[in-house]
Amino acid sequence: MNIAVLSGKGGTGKTTVAVNLAAILKANYVDCDVEEPNGFIFLKPRNIRSQDVKVLNPVIDKAKCTLCGECVKACQFNALFNTKKEILVFEKLCHSCEACRIACGSGALSFQERKIGVIEEGEGDGLKCYRGILDIGEPMAVPVIRQLLKNVPEGFNLLDCSPGTSCNAVSSLRYAQGAILVTEPSAFGLHDLKMAVKLVREFSLPFGVVINKWDESGYLLEVYLWQENIKVLGRLPQARKAAEEYSKGRLLKDLPLYQAGFTALAEEVKEVFLCS
Amino acid sequence: MKIAITSTGKELTAGHDPRFGRCAYFLIYDTEEDTYKAVENKGQLAGGGAGIGAAQQMTDEGVQVVLTGNLGPNAYNLIKASGIKAYQCKAVSCQEALALYKAGKLLEISQAGPSHAGMS
Repeated sequence: MNIAVLSGKGGTGKTTVAVNLAAILKANYVDCDVEEPNGFIFLKPRNIRSQDVKVLNPVIDKAKCTLCGECVKACQFNALFNTKKEILVFEKLCHSCEACRIACGSGALSFQERKIGVIEEGEGDGLKCYRGILDIGEPMAVPVIRQLLKNVPEGFNLLDCSPGTSCNAVSSLRYAQGAILVTEPSAFGLHDLKMAVKLVREFSLPFGVVINKWDESGYLLEVYLWQENIKVLGRLPQARKAAEEYSKGRLLKDLPLYQAGFTALAEEVKEVFLCS
Repeated sequence: MKIAITSTGKELTAGHDPRFGRCAYFLIYDTEEDTYKAVENKGQLAGGGAGIGAAQQMTDEGVQVVLTGNLGPNAYNLIKASGIKAYQCKAVSCQEALALYKAGKLLEISQAGPSHAGMS
């Protein structure tokens, strides 16, 4: 079973929740935030194996190309350009759909692989860790996320997703059977939580909310959750100590202030997602 | 010769749009016939590569001169590679832009501006 950890707003504590929960539940940890994966800093997996992620981009055989421009018309992503002397390919805009190859009447198009990132896996303390890393300068994360999630093992996997509700978060959710939404008591946290709730409801996924950096200021958030009848899986207190430990790459689950909160959260997660 | 002016509307009296890839229309003025037509910018709502799509429209329409505000890196290179001259223009209306060009008062764009400049 794959449980996605997402938030809408960035910096609410997706990774904090995901790595600590994975460590407590001995769940496999999968870092899907491939533009800035940081979960390995906390879980410190060993024996890392990696494989490349490649996409297919068109190559034009100039000897066969008639410069008719049909490939350019077929491309929905403006990845091809006809200068009337040659066809130029903008590889980073290409979505590898191969419509250009179908449109080409003279068989001038073939495809070649281009590396855009890597998938890594390794062993943490009693759990497996996976992550995708998008190469610097590459704009498209979805192929990396897809290859990462196609290769996760059976069992209980926690997917640490990208912030936001765009393609990157959506493509992780496609592989999830449930979701944990992490939010904070700020106005931004609430605003973006509402977008994340809309998204998981669109996917008809069972979900619950974790309020991180919890304090009394989150009145509007509590009202919203109550009105929408959304399950609160746990509340983790706001404390400077958490930021200090995080900055050193340490887990919070054994800190006196957080131990009870994380243990209770882990129990709730087990009950909601694993026993239903 | 055909001159394309990035425009917010379909008439010469319409506002000049300083954006290239994301403008609403191109007004294509034919200097020999003294006529113009409005062409919708197909790349206006593109998810990405709007400047590339717009530059392709310019070459497909046989345009030799473009009057706009800025060209992003991709559009600049393609316009150059296609042998089209681009001029920077801060005019209010398209009519005014054309008049400034005819009077030789516009500077040729000699470097690419920032990408996604017209996006808010």
